[in-house]
Amino acid sequence: MSNNIQQENLAKILQIALENQLVDLHTQYKELTIVVRTQDILNVSELLRDKPELSFDTLIDVCGIDYLDYGESLSTKHGLRGKRFAVIYHLLSVKLNQRLRVRVLVENNEFPMIDSVSEVWPVANWFEREAFDLYGIVFNGHPDLRRILTDYGFIGNPFRKDFPLSGYVEMRYDKEQKRVIYQPVSIEPREITPHVIREEHYGDCES
Amino acid sequence: MAEIRNYTMNFGPQHPAAHGVLRLVLELDGEVVRRADPHIGLLHRATEKLAENKTYIQSVPYMDRLDYVSMMVNEHAYVMAIEKLLDIEVPLRAQYIRVMFDEITRILNHLLWIGAHALDVGAMTMFLYAFREREDLMDCYEAVSGARMHAAYYRPGGVYRDLPDTMPRYQSSKIHNEKQTRLRNANREGSLLDFIEDFTNRFPNYVDEYETLLTDNRIWKQRLVDIGVVTPERAKALGFTGPMLRGSGVEWDLRKKQPYEVYDRLDFDIPVGINGDCYDRYLVRIEEFRQSNRIIKQCVEWLRNNAGPVITENHKVAPPSRVDMKQNMEEMIHHFKLFTEGFHVPPGETYAAVEHPKGEFGIYLVSNGANKPYRLKIRAPGFAHLAALDEMSRGHMIADVVAIIGTQDIVFGEIDR
Repeated sequence: MSNNIQQENLAKILQIALENQLVDLHTQYKELTIVVRTQDILNVSELLRDKPELSFDTLIDVCGIDYLDYGESLSTKHGLRGKRFAVIYHLLSVKLNQRLRVRVLVENNEFPMIDSVSEVWPVANWFEREAFDLYGIVFNGHPDLRRILTDYGFIGNPFRKDFPLSGYVEMRYDKEQKRVIYQPVSIEPREITPHVIREEHYGDCES
Repeated sequence: MAEIRNYTMNFGPQHPAAHGVLRLVLELDGEVVRRADPHIGLLHRATEKLAENKTYIQSVPYMDRLDYVSMMVNEHAYVMAIEKLLDIEVPLRAQYIRVMFDEITRILNHLLWIGAHALDVGAMTMFLYAFREREDLMDCYEAVSGARMHAAYYRPGGVYRDLPDTMPRYQSSKIHNEKQTRLRNANREGSLLDFIEDFTNRFPNYVDEYETLLTDNRIWKQRLVDIGVVTPERAKALGFTGPMLRGSGVEWDLRKKQPYEVYDRLDFDIPVGINGDCYDRYLVRIEEFRQSNRIIKQCVEWLRNNAGPVITENHKVAPPSRVDMKQNMEEMIHHFKLFTEGFHVPPGETYAAVEHPKGEFGIYLVSNGANKPYRLKIRAPGFAHLAALDEMSRGHMIADVVAIIGTQDIVFGEIDR
């Protein structure tokens, strides 16, 4: 990973370059994260790519995230203010050997929409299709926004936290109709290891 | 003159050159590809969603099944992400073991790639040669983890156990008599490290054999040179990483540029192509065989001389030994908690990337303090590469599409996830 001095410099450059658009900037585990508003994403991406001191020439990853069950205190800490979806971009500059994470909280939980960055980084095309497929986040201006990973004719957005792990329909071969049919799932949902979050200072030791 | 219209053709998902379950819809003008539309997702298992419903350790075997020809490297990125969040130190010996097995895995992956790629282009023999060597490396996997492919060997905090002192041996049978069996077991008399060292001594000759068959082969060059050319700028814009990016002449390798584990202590070179065509990517990967071999040699040397623990002593993350567990109440509790509830990871988010044989394999992990990940995103290199298939294959013939799929080193386990 890029060393600390380089990272501090990058943070300074970002603070100057994105003066008005920057909502938050923080470093955790030696990784720099910036938060920008939904409407600014296109301008910010172009700036991040084109400004010589930044030159983020590669987009490594775009992914959606659903903060529905994130927990009260953490949601407040991240300043979600009721926003459920976010899009996270991982950028890499091959030229300057630095990384950056950009988080955009998407407005409107019912119909989350954000501008597509596939014009800026062509690689975003499929990653945005994936986020659209799995989370139902709509990318405005995307050239070809189709489902990508799920089945043809699939309904719903499977990676949302309110979508059950076993899904809604199952597929089987029907002998009488002599074709593959869909039917409601017949398996009971179960959780083998419960999901546990410890309260702070549990057992009175730090880890 | 009669009007000629483009027609579409389905390529796969059962085509042997589709490398698994790729369904490719090709729009053709005669035999020239005008548009290629890959339909993926036929192997989608929602690994990321499954991981959200499992404890951290339970998801390790899922990582093997992502890119199922480079199993341990996938685990590596995953455990690195967890270690970063937990802020735990991995013992040096474990780091060397990981690097050694990463490189063994790189050779395994490239062997499958060269076998399948050559087979697609029409060279049968390569496939048989490559699988002969894969057999030896699979035996290393088996010796160390008990499984030939899906090892689940890397754990948060280190590796599951130390390298074994003996290698499994062949037994004589109706087909192989005593004398033949003794011959086959000749390099299995010593420890695993002896076996690996023997392999590293043999392997450069094998690579020479592959090169004799392919590098100057007229048919091979006719099929690869100037096919699927990608300029360095375009390669970066398309999100290429690994040999695909290096084939276009960009000197970028995470092992050198952002070293993790002990790569900064090892001596190796990064091969780079010039023209960015399929042939250059072939040459880059061939050179990576030799460089990986060099790294393995250095690791074997170090591991011989330096004993030590291979997993962290922090029993909140790694299980205690069986003996301790049975004699000590505290260890008993650790063991019980670890295997019923799993460990808790402090809230936060991190991205850990490794230089996978195919490119940059990254894990973006978000934790909310529970015993299960809140969000796990797997950044698969093949996903970005396959997205560029359309651009790479436009204007080429159908037969070239096969060569381009081969050069991209597509494996559906990681693309569909």
